[in-house]
Amino acid sequence: MTRPHPRPAIHLPLLALASVAGLALLAACGGGGAQKAGQAARTVIQNKGSDTMVNVAQVWAEEYRKAAPDVEVEVSGGGSGVGIAALIKGAVDVANASRDIKPSEAEQATRNTGKAPVGFNVGYDALAVYVHKDNPLDEITLEQLTQVYAEGGQATRWSDLGVKIPGVTDDTIVRVSRQSSSGTYEFFREHALGNKDFRLGSRDLNGSKEVVELVGTTLTAIGYSGMGYATPAVKKLKVAPRAGAVAVAPTIAAVHDKTYPMARSLHVYTLGQPAGAVKKYIDWILSDAGQKVVEESGYVPIPPEQRTKP
Amino acid sequence: MSPEQAPDPAPAPRPQRPRWAVLGEQALEGLIRLSGMSAIVFVAAIFFFVLREAAPILVREEFSLAQFLFSTEWYPTSASNVRYGTLALTVGTLSVTGLAMLLAVPFGLGAAIYLSEFCSPRLRETLKIVIELLSAIPSVVWGFVGLTVMSKLIVRSTGAPVGVNVLNGGIILALISVPVIVSIGEDALKAVPDSYREAGLALGATRWQMVYRVLLPAARNGLLAAVLLGVGRAVGETMAVLMATGHAVHIPGGLLDSVRTLTANIAAELGEAPAGSDHYRVLFLTGTLLFLITFAVNLAADFVVRGIRRR
Repeated sequence: MTRPHPRPAIHLPLLALASVAGLALLAACGGGGAQKAGQAARTVIQNKGSDTMVNVAQVWAEEYRKAAPDVEVEVSGGGSGVGIAALIKGAVDVANASRDIKPSEAEQATRNTGKAPVGFNVGYDALAVYVHKDNPLDEITLEQLTQVYAEGGQATRWSDLGVKIPGVTDDTIVRVSRQSSSGTYEFFREHALGNKDFRLGSRDLNGSKEVVELVGTTLTAIGYSGMGYATPAVKKLKVAPRAGAVAVAPTIAAVHDKTYPMARSLHVYTLGQPAGAVKKYIDWILSDAGQKVVEESGYVPIPPEQRTKP
Repeated sequence: MSPEQAPDPAPAPRPQRPRWAVLGEQALEGLIRLSGMSAIVFVAAIFFFVLREAAPILVREEFSLAQFLFSTEWYPTSASNVRYGTLALTVGTLSVTGLAMLLAVPFGLGAAIYLSEFCSPRLRETLKIVIELLSAIPSVVWGFVGLTVMSKLIVRSTGAPVGVNVLNGGIILALISVPVIVSIGEDALKAVPDSYREAGLALGATRWQMVYRVLLPAARNGLLAAVLLGVGRAVGETMAVLMATGHAVHIPGGLLDSVRTLTANIAAELGEAPAGSDHYRVLFLTGTLLFLITFAVNLAADFVVRGIRRR
């Protein structure tokens, strides 16, 4: 009974400080109106989720600090599922996910917190299949990619795909892949190989750029990497979802209208419609500044007409 | 009291050293002994900590040590069927190290013999400085050389599709371990007393006969230590092989195949493996395996030396 007494005593000066700071902020903003006077001087936004997005989210957080010094975004990874689980518990303000939220998860979140999750499409992750520029091949099907890359696949030579590479005697396909911990590796496994394991013996490189570089110097190589990494020495293949279907070139337009098979949307989710600092942060992500970060991280930004205007 | 200690009935009083000097000497002796022992303590502690991180996986039911050692299937992040087989990685390490030693030992020992026996003192000083400089080059720079210069050279001269392979890694590792072999080997040859050389020459041996009949047997322990340190450098090298070998998990069919070594695999994957996960523990187990490999190499060499000595 007597214990709780000291607590308000400690908090009073803090509260006072916070409201003074809030008032000062108000004054500085010229009476922006949206900011409540009780808010702490430094707002912290908790952000968790997809490992694919963790790098871009970190750059967002750093860049946003320049735009809004009073807001700190704390970013952590763990995976899309981990981020959404934290959102369901109400432990984070923003969850990053490189997949759509499942209806069961949305329902659970509504039941737990009373607010339905709201999602925002903040960009796209799209992989291109690269070959050397002198390779006569122009398009490939997902089935052929599985034959080349997956465990138990039968295509080990370019002649198995009906391709004759000029000036090459040994036409063994040099498979270029990524190290098993990378998100690109998992994305390719899921979207191109139907979650089959990779056949061992591929050159597993450490970076998206290195894949394209090796493909660019090797006539018989094939590799996959983010769309933004193309160089003049390589060629991006058109990809068909199955044999006989129209092969689609990896262009930003094809990613936007979802005809390119190896692309996925990147989302952020909040509980209920975002408000206050969180809303401002998401608006910033969807603005040209935030989308520039998406592009520079090797992903595909959202179309200009969907962006927010500052 | 004790007659055997004082046979002389009236010993002259020996000058006593001051107490602090005696104590100081004892303390210094203790300190030196401690430094000597600390080497053992550190090795044991490192082994213990690496093994402690790895140990929980050994008692897991799904984990099979036989699969770990003898399977070539390394699928640490498979969605359906996780497999931890390191045979291809072990073979990768052994093949690259083996090739490196094949190149480095003749070169290194030859250079050591030349430096210590045939070369003029002024040239020797210059060469020693250059060799020490060579050993000061960071391994990431060697890796970069392998990735850019060497890989293009190999593609141009052999027609291999990819220049990062066993040959590239072996040459780079040889370049890294030659300076170690040369400087230790030269020290070992220098440690052979000049009387041996003089005796050999006086018996009518040519300089070359003197080198391989007298010097090499006399300095064999030191020379073996030089080679072993070179092997150790090559087995443990990470960054350079990560960049120069092509990082492909399979048993190489030839010098122009890409491989992945145990060290490169740990370096590439440990950063992304969640702490405490099976993958993380298996990587530490790989570290233990690496430790055991170097330990076995050292032990085998020790036995070889003893064998030679007994004969």
